[in-house]
Amino acid sequence: VSELDEAARRGVEGALDAGASDAEAWAEEATSRRVRVYEGEVESLSDAGGRGVGVRAFVDGRSGYAYGTDLTEEGVRDVARAAREAAEAADPDEHAGLPDELGAAPVEGLASPALHDWTTERKVELALAVERAARERPGVTQVENAVYSDSEGSVALANSRGFAAGYHATQAWAYASAFAGEGADLMTGLGVGLGRDPEALDPDAIGGEAAERALALVGARQPESRRCPVVLDAFVAASFMGFIGAMLSADAVQRGRSLFADREGDEVAGPALALADDGTDPEGPSSAPFDGEGSASRRTPLIEGGRLLTFLFDVRTARRAGRATTGNASRGSYRSPPSVGTTNLLLEPGDDDLEGLFRQAGDGLYVTDVAGLHSGVNPVSGTFSVGAEGRLIEAGEAAGPVRELTIASDLVSMLKAVRAVGSEARWVPFGGSVKAPPLLIAEMAVSGS
Amino acid sequence: VRVVQGDSSYYGYVDGHAEEDLLRVAGSAAQALRGDARGPAPVPAAERADGHAVRVRPEEVEAARKADLLRACDEHARGLASEVVQVRIGYGESRRQVEVFNSEGRAAADDRTRIRLSAQVVARRDGRVETGSDTRGGHAGWELIETEPEAVAEKAARRALTLLDAVDAPTGRLPVVVGNGFGGVLLHEAVGHGLEADAVQKRASVYAGRLGDQLADPLVTAYDDGSRPNDWGSDGIDDEGTPTRRTTVIEEGRLVSYLYDVQRARKDGVESTGNGRRESFRHLPIPRMTNTFFAPGDATVDGLIGEIERGLYAVSFGGGQVEPATGDFVFGVSEGYLIEGGKVTAPVRGATLVGNGIEALAAVDGIAADLEIATGYCGKAGQSVAAGVGQPHVRIRELTVGGTAS
Repeated sequence: VSELDEAARRGVEGALDAGASDAEAWAEEATSRRVRVYEGEVESLSDAGGRGVGVRAFVDGRSGYAYGTDLTEEGVRDVARAAREAAEAADPDEHAGLPDELGAAPVEGLASPALHDWTTERKVELALAVERAARERPGVTQVENAVYSDSEGSVALANSRGFAAGYHATQAWAYASAFAGEGADLMTGLGVGLGRDPEALDPDAIGGEAAERALALVGARQPESRRCPVVLDAFVAASFMGFIGAMLSADAVQRGRSLFADREGDEVAGPALALADDGTDPEGPSSAPFDGEGSASRRTPLIEGGRLLTFLFDVRTARRAGRATTGNASRGSYRSPPSVGTTNLLLEPGDDDLEGLFRQAGDGLYVTDVAGLHSGVNPVSGTFSVGAEGRLIEAGEAAGPVRELTIASDLVSMLKAVRAVGSEARWVPFGGSVKAPPLLIAEMAVSGS
Repeated sequence: VRVVQGDSSYYGYVDGHAEEDLLRVAGSAAQALRGDARGPAPVPAAERADGHAVRVRPEEVEAARKADLLRACDEHARGLASEVVQVRIGYGESRRQVEVFNSEGRAAADDRTRIRLSAQVVARRDGRVETGSDTRGGHAGWELIETEPEAVAEKAARRALTLLDAVDAPTGRLPVVVGNGFGGVLLHEAVGHGLEADAVQKRASVYAGRLGDQLADPLVTAYDDGSRPNDWGSDGIDDEGTPTRRTTVIEEGRLVSYLYDVQRARKDGVESTGNGRRESFRHLPIPRMTNTFFAPGDATVDGLIGEIERGLYAVSFGGGQVEPATGDFVFGVSEGYLIEGGKVTAPVRGATLVGNGIEALAAVDGIAADLEIATGYCGKAGQSVAAGVGQPHVRIRELTVGGTAS
């Protein structure tokens, strides 16, 4: 029995001893390293470690939460008692409680032992190689950031219904931000890569992508305002899907903060669009055998053939809606109680490569970056207007770069206008954890000059 | 624990205060270095900074009183109109005690209390749903919240209700009057981030190499001031132990200073401006704004609007984003109105301001006298810190408005 398993068990016992009718404890240990290089030198190197336990105590339909970092017997007891006390102050919630069905899905490959074979020096070398790869491309004027980062964590969850399980996971990722052009014409580009260990990262591809994205924008102008077909690249499509995933949380729906409320079963997207939440994908950064309250992870289709199939539930929101949990109780860390969240969002790839999407668009806009998504989208009405940059599409081919423009629509109109889905899906660490291909939208309002 | 050598930083942290963990982290940070060992400098007792007055400690106010205040706000907003369908009132208090020591003999302490009340209201009419929000907060105690808390809920509700009648936003290049208080997020994003010395030294800012240049009309002066009593972004010291202070960044249109932490200041041979901030002990300090705002001018709001034939009055923003390297920015207008014939007319929804910081700054042609500081959270390098944004009403000659009107 590991120290974490022991801490979780003690957390549950401590809360029960203090008078809780039900209890749950989440114990966690995590370490992470981050290397940032600049102009061939280490700019910063950090090494962090944290561990702690968070206890939920239930008393007569009230729930309380407390956490602490002292995993000794006495430390965990104090946390458990504090959780029991916190429950006193809470308003009762008849739907709060532990899951009726507990379980763990078999998810392979969450942790890579290869992470341990890498010394800090090799990780620094990898970050430097990413920077070099970006710098080497002619036209790149600077690499603002080249970062390598990894993390390793273990979790143990126990509750008073007999659940006791744990897992171990690793992550590694790298990114670079490159500049091309000078002065008023300076443009930036981002390249990213991620995997379970540094072996999965290709520094050349990551640095090269940053360079190519910046170089493609050099000489960008403000386009004229128009309504036209728009191709969203995988980064941008992923950002939008992350936003949509958040609005499919039953919590947002029940609070009246989702434009998808009352839309289950409706056509909410073009027939080509299929979106799923999958907490068991072996490649998914947010995959785990069980969710933040001990329900087994699973794949939940959200939109298929353009039709909205379900929202995402944890135990509380499911009981409130008279439904079953979808295993989407998510936990940021031991410092916060579970709440509904996406795991990995997967947008099903289609048949067309990027050139094929351009041909279908004819004359339009290819968007490679958006800014202000979180301020520019109204989560309730879904209307949005966000800053964008990218290239024009002329006669079915990529043409001149553009900037200082906005694209506007509302999310449902945009989803319904999805005419084709690209074939090349990739993992993108923005908007949560999303795997998305590019999307062709039949029409959007583009504001420029 | 941070170890600095030249331009490189080595950093480590642990949760908790266990001595063996702390020593392990210190050892691991120091291991990355090559060079001669240096004897430890004497570390004096930390000297507490002059704090910001907290009259009523929030933790001493009973939870029931806090709950009553939230209920009163909730009821007030619901009572304003039958269209109010959702009200969410949030209250947060935090107290953070900080001590900073360094090998140059710095030993400083600070005791920081922040309090914040927020309201978010959803209004619905005929299938149309709109949201409005407002906040009040400061480096202060319960006294900040207990006076007319309902005003916060009311402002949020009025915004949501106003938007129910909103027309689609216009599109094109228009004169824009930006509201006071949270309107200052435009200065924060479009100018402030570009003045942070880390971006400047990496030439990742459009303001690099522009010190001393006339970037704006002489009527424009702007400050970063972490010492303003009780403001949201204020502290006694920054997170490297440097006392907070007022730094003039733009003086009568001329760029006169960047914002520094200790490491970047050393590189430029200047003093830290007290802008070395971090989210928590889990983060490296970097140059960050405190409270950043335009100094008041002598125009009136009516005067600024009265001269505009057709334009946009952007009262509040949902947020914004800027690419410091290019200065390109985007702001979502959460409350905005058309200006027609010198008068504020219909509310608009879905407006976005798109532009470039250095161009927008040069286009400021009027500043009113009604300075106000609002509460924001600023994100940078994965770290979120409390930042005060503010300004009086400001007029910009022309900006690109990305609307939803076709």
